[in-house]
Amino acid sequence: MRRVGIASSGLTKFTKKDSSMESLMISSIKPIFDNTKNLTQKDVDVVLTSTNANDKYLANIVSELSGISPKISHSVESLCNSGTNCIVSAFSYISSGLADVALVTGAEKTNSPGLVLDWDKSRGQYKHPIYWSSLFTSAHMRKYGTTMEDLAYVSAKNHRNSLDNPNSCFDHSYSFDEVMRSKNLTDNVRLLDCSMPCNGSASILLASEDIIRKFTENPVWIKGIGQKSISAGFTKNKDLASMQSTMFASSDAYSMSGNSPSDVDVAEVHDAFSICEIMALEDLKLVGPGRGADFVRDMYNTENKKINPRGGLIGTGHPLGATGIAQTIEMFQQVQGTAGKRQVEKARTALVHNMSAAATSSTVLILQS
Amino acid sequence: MNRFEQELKNDNFVCSECPKCQKLVWPPSEYCNNCFGSVTWRKVSRDATLLEYSCKNGEYFCVAEIEGQIRLVGKITNPSDLEMGQNLTLERCGYEDGEKFIFKIKKQALE
Ligand SMILES: [Zn+2]
Repeated sequence: MRRVGIASSGLTKFTKKDSSMESLMISSIKPIFDNTKNLTQKDVDVVLTSTNANDKYLANIVSELSGISPKISHSVESLCNSGTNCIVSAFSYISSGLADVALVTGAEKTNSPGLVLDWDKSRGQYKHPIYWSSLFTSAHMRKYGTTMEDLAYVSAKNHRNSLDNPNSCFDHSYSFDEVMRSKNLTDNVRLLDCSMPCNGSASILLASEDIIRKFTENPVWIKGIGQKSISAGFTKNKDLASMQSTMFASSDAYSMSGNSPSDVDVAEVHDAFSICEIMALEDLKLVGPGRGADFVRDMYNTENKKINPRGGLIGTGHPLGATGIAQTIEMFQQVQGTAGKRQVEKARTALVHNMSAAATSSTVLILQS
Repeated sequence: MNRFEQELKNDNFVCSECPKCQKLVWPPSEYCNNCFGSVTWRKVSRDATLLEYSCKNGEYFCVAEIEGQIRLVGKITNPSDLEMGQNLTLERCGYEDGEKFIFKIKKQALE
């Protein structure tokens, strides 16, 4: 199996402004061609598109607009972890030798069909994501004594981190008090505990170890991959105080890269709701069971940016198909040492956690220089 | 509308069951998700157990388990002193723009 690395990346600003899917994607592909040395359209073997939108033949439409005639091109859809699923597919084409260079692009619009889930019969009339997040929150509060203050620290920390992220869909931060006072959507989920749908796109260029140095002197390797779907139905989560798919996916990713959780210097975790960051920290074994909330509070108080330095989904916005790619770009820049004001010191090993549909599926990537 | 949805609309909660594996196949399907054998349909017990709950604008919703095999999210009509493991009844189900499950706390038998 050949090593696969990240050579380059591109992002649009996340906004509430409407534009077409192709226009979003091409806007995050452009910086890759503008900024990557020696890269021409002829180098690209694979073009994969990640979105929840129903656009047909999108990978070929985007290829045509980019002047690329790829060997392999198609869309990847898996709700909110479409982005990392897409990266895993591209990785496989390259590591197997079917391709050398892959362009992965993801985008979403605020009116995405991925926001409305109608197939999960077990959810009854409670199909909106706030219901599963509220039930996860109840279970975590019951098991570990998690409080509304604990949840508010997640959101306040991630909004504060996003002030240094020029691509965030917010132009200002929300304080701890503002999160505490924000409107209750359920008894334990407030408006500012939620990530917001937005328009945005993220693209990333992957290449094999044989060719990657043509494009960059500073590649970042995808060393570990874990991906697990336990079901499509929310109620198949056995223990509602944890995310089983995340435990499986991270265990596989750590064993593939030969790392343990204590090696992780920086991580982007899927904070679709405040409770998800606390649960993810525990399920990724970055802290012990029930220790997630204390760890978040400590990061807030010490201005530690180890988790979600770009602001996570809550601080940046959540354009579903772009999210996993945007998370991976942040970890790529952290390991490269090019994250600017967001840079975490000595970030050598980075972890990406991207999940979908009430944690029924999770992807974990481990990146190293 | 499929069989499951039609029955649900008439307040019948039915599910597919595999006679060979002797287990309910949930969500309902034409084939067993273990052996791929053909399923039969039967009414499911209306007795349920409370696993978790929360509340939105004074309306309580919960995860309840039926026959130890099916977990549903539904409304609780008479919430008071809710306790995990409490016995519930699936008081009503329905189908309009999707599934609806409505649970009620079971009155404990007097000692
Ligand atoms: Zn069977």
